[in-house]
Amino acid sequence: MIDLLRAVGRLFIVFLSHVGRLSVFAATALSHAVRPPFYPRLILRATIEIGYYSLPVVGLTAIFSGMVLALQSYTGFARFSAEGAVATVVVLSMTRELGPVLAGLMVAGRIGASMAAEIGTMRVTEQIDALQTLSTDPFKYLIAPRLLAGLLMLPLLVLVADVIGVFGGYLVAVYKLGFNPATYISRTWEYLEALDVISGLTKAAVFGFLISLMGCYHGYHSKGGAQGVGAATTNSVVSAAILILIFNYVITALYFGK
Amino acid sequence: MSHMPANRPPKIQLTDVHKAFGPKVVLDGIDLTVGRGESVVVIGGSGTGKSVMLKCVLGLLTPERGSILVDGKEVVGMRSRERTQVMQKFGMLFQGGALFDSLKVWENVAFGLIQGRKMPREQAHEIAVDKLSQVGLAPSAGDLWPSELSGGMQKRVSLARAIATNPEIIFFDEPTTGLDPIMADVINDLIVKCVKELGATALSITHDMASARKIADRIAMLYKGKLIWIGPADEIDRSGNPFVDQFIHGRAEGPIKMELRA
Repeated sequence: MIDLLRAVGRLFIVFLSHVGRLSVFAATALSHAVRPPFYPRLILRATIEIGYYSLPVVGLTAIFSGMVLALQSYTGFARFSAEGAVATVVVLSMTRELGPVLAGLMVAGRIGASMAAEIGTMRVTEQIDALQTLSTDPFKYLIAPRLLAGLLMLPLLVLVADVIGVFGGYLVAVYKLGFNPATYISRTWEYLEALDVISGLTKAAVFGFLISLMGCYHGYHSKGGAQGVGAATTNSVVSAAILILIFNYVITALYFGK
Repeated sequence: MSHMPANRPPKIQLTDVHKAFGPKVVLDGIDLTVGRGESVVVIGGSGTGKSVMLKCVLGLLTPERGSILVDGKEVVGMRSRERTQVMQKFGMLFQGGALFDSLKVWENVAFGLIQGRKMPREQAHEIAVDKLSQVGLAPSAGDLWPSELSGGMQKRVSLARAIATNPEIIFFDEPTTGLDPIMADVINDLIVKCVKELGATALSITHDMASARKIADRIAMLYKGKLIWIGPADEIDRSGNPFVDQFIHGRAEGPIKMELRA
């Protein structure tokens, strides 16, 4: 019994120490992000990497999500003759939930993993030590640009995903289910409120920050060669995905919980 | 490379430096003084804490106890902004080169000038090309990526990067590891030449005795976290210390027992 309690206690302490280290890491990175020197060239590079190169994968995810939403809600709602709600269901689901969450998860897989692998490799090959010996703070040079890019780019990606997802729903509704195009579009706008989009974009900004934070944190603290970098990559994706789902609930509760 | 007058503080002074990782004690009271313009080489087996000692001086690791003075100024516990200034005195050649693979060769060499000293890129490019030629590389090598270079060329680029800012102090971490004997000797010659031209203070760690003999004014041997012998390089064969004798002759038999099990 004592052994069990000891094991649980040890796990709890390890968990708390991780939370503490992560908080200090995030606070340090943020404080560097707002103080000069800034590295506009690196911010631009991270912005293009996260924003532009993620467009295809996020776009594909969004269009098929919108299409399947239209199909599912149509067949479901047909049971109680509510097919007319398809357009509203598609647009609300996309903007509030599926846009930010699916884009977040896809970007976590693509960007979080690559950040952790890149920074982790730099750590184990002493490139981060080399940065410090060359009078360059790794928090400013490596981490702050990625955090800023994640924070700024994910809302833009989600905005694009929202539009593409709604368009996917429109395609299925009009060309497969025989909806009238004009009616579908007017139904899409009818119940959509600014808050639906804004809440989704808030989530996106938080998710973008979390994805970059997890990628940088796990990469920065990786050790032990190729195996350590592999573990950092896995941990960054898994922890970012879990945090995205947790914060998705928290932000939804804050906006719509009443 | 010679000793400077004694009335100025030594360039680097370590006093009673302790560092442990959990229960494993790595540095157990290190005392070492490196004079201005002097070249000191620390020898010792793998895992004896040589790299940890260098990293403590550079502030990449923080010792639990002891004092490290650079130009008479305490650097243990120094704030990050002050440390960035002190770091401008240093150049470092890393064991694996540690070149930034996302930057071209010349950008690697010029990194400390562009990022650390805010020099315009064109001017830094000129200096980088000049430093590359000092280590025997053509200007065209500057436009390659680090992954396109052989191990010996990477070491040369890393050396060019270490001397690019004309540092007062240069650290060499296993400069000849992984190189063939001829390339190792070329690197040793380059190190001696560069340090001499800059008039810099050098602190190196290695387990390559040929390298140590070539680049050192004084040699110190690290064993189980302590410096067990320090003396002029040309006296190492007459040290009278059985540990040193075993190490420099590379004998399996002797007082140093290899720990085959962790």
